Amino acid sequence: MKSESNILAPEAVTEADARRWRDDFPILSETIGGHLLTYLDNAATTQKPNSVIASEVTYYRHTNANVHRGVHTLSQRATDAYEAARGKVQHFINAASSNEIIYVRGTTEAINLVAQSFARPRLAPGDEILISAMEHHSNIVPWQMVCAQTGAVLKVVTINDAGEFEEDCFERLLGPRTRLVAVTHLSNALGSIVPVEQVIEFAHANGVPVLLDGAQAIAHMGVDVRALDCDFYAFSGHKIYGPTGIGVLYGKAALLDAMMPYQGGGDMIRTVTFEKTEYNELPYKFEAGTPNIAGAIGLGAALDYVCAIGIAAIAVHEHALLDYATARVADIAGLKIIGTAGNKASILSFTIAGIHPHDIGTILDHQGVAIRAGHHCAMPVMQRFGLAGTARASFALYNTRAEVDGLISALHQVMEIFRQ
Amino acid sequence: MSDLRELYQDVIFDHYKKPRNCHVLDCANHQAEGFNPLCGDQLTVYLRVDKGVISDLSFKGSGCAISTASASLMTEALKGKRIDEVEHLFEDFHHMLTTPGDASRPELGKLEVLAGVSEFPARVKCATLAWHTLQSALKNQNKPVSTE
Repeated sequence: MKSESNILAPEAVTEADARRWRDDFPILSETIGGHLLTYLDNAATTQKPNSVIASEVTYYRHTNANVHRGVHTLSQRATDAYEAARGKVQHFINAASSNEIIYVRGTTEAINLVAQSFARPRLAPGDEILISAMEHHSNIVPWQMVCAQTGAVLKVVTINDAGEFEEDCFERLLGPRTRLVAVTHLSNALGSIVPVEQVIEFAHANGVPVLLDGAQAIAHMGVDVRALDCDFYAFSGHKIYGPTGIGVLYGKAALLDAMMPYQGGGDMIRTVTFEKTEYNELPYKFEAGTPNIAGAIGLGAALDYVCAIGIAAIAVHEHALLDYATARVADIAGLKIIGTAGNKASILSFTIAGIHPHDIGTILDHQGVAIRAGHHCAMPVMQRFGLAGTARASFALYNTRAEVDGLISALHQVMEIFRQ
Repeated sequence: MSDLRELYQDVIFDHYKKPRNCHVLDCANHQAEGFNPLCGDQLTVYLRVDKGVISDLSFKGSGCAISTASASLMTEALKGKRIDEVEHLFEDFHHMLTTPGDASRPELGKLEVLAGVSEFPARVKCATLAWHTLQSALKNQNKPVSTE
């Protein structure tokens, strides 16, 4: 890891820095149909820097063994690297203890874990879970499932036409039967940042715990779980330059301690007899079976990479890109930005009158520009805006203004083809 | 660019902007809903079948240029066809969509303008949504058909 002094002052980030960062990502040299790849689908998944790729290769070449089991050297080495990565996650989100960092497959599994192990045993018929109208399906469906299992009711905080979380509605809906608030930190479909500090403060004042879906937020803004005082925080490694198949559930130790395990199996037990099983301590109680060891170590490498640049510098760079792109698309006739919240990050969702997002996506791809077209796993958001889908460009640290220019010229080509 | 022009031909734009038979068919005796969960496209196909012949058909819904044009072209191609002909036609059509450089198939008639889809595998589902929905309508399956 670089020392603190090497981290760029956020205001000093230039296009040249972004170009330098690009060189760390080998896939960005790919050509698509003769065009250099312009990867603007970062909200779906981010590309991986050399250091993350190398960490997986090194793990399988020099370290591979099962963790927490062996007396042999490799097992010790694997365990040390796996646990060191947990420490990196802890520091990255400023958790009080590495015991509060549970490795999972991704955000989806983290939320399902909380739904089944935390919420389900505590819910009675008529109890309520409060989410928002801009959740990803992974922060809707696990709650619908637990509601079906328990007779609890799902309540939904509305959003306004700009795609902003309506705090009035939230305060109205949070009532004596509310048992949990589960909201996104940053909307994947709209780019809106939810005022989570106020949400948490109000929920806690009413004795209600809060889970934050940090799948999008984690790569774009500093996350300090102790300053936020959230009860659970969920995120995926692959959205922050790490491997797929590894993610994190942060939970306050007192809550995690009081929860039932999510799955039973090896590693999550202390002793097993046919009469009785004693569960392992945190965090292992929630990590049944052989985990994604290489993935966890790769995630640690990704967080090292992000720390070396500095999340504040990344946020400033991405914000400048978003502002630039927002200004430039204004020239395109019929283009409408979906999601115009005052507080946004990294995501530009839009429609063009008379042109379906899928057609936009195909024509852009033909020029090497990768965007997402569709409902972004947030169909209720699309319904809220009366749309089947949107086109979405989403930015990461390695994107440049030149790439935004490429996006704009590709969009002009869409117009040319459709307005012939 | 040539692939793109091949995909987005004038005929396709014409059918996208002015889709034929795009309305509810009041006299329909078969209908089904189709859904592409990848892009959210949704359409309903309506059929009037008399003595094994499709005497009239229509569709209603919203979609991309490819799915709308394909639905529109399908309604033109199938009016007056016997239902036992439909399956063979769909097989030929599907083969054309999934086989780049497939030889010309005169039996497909105007549907040949969709041949460019074969260079864009991600769009095959757009071009076949109306056809899958039609098959479902012919079988009188009431549950919506999905491309997934």
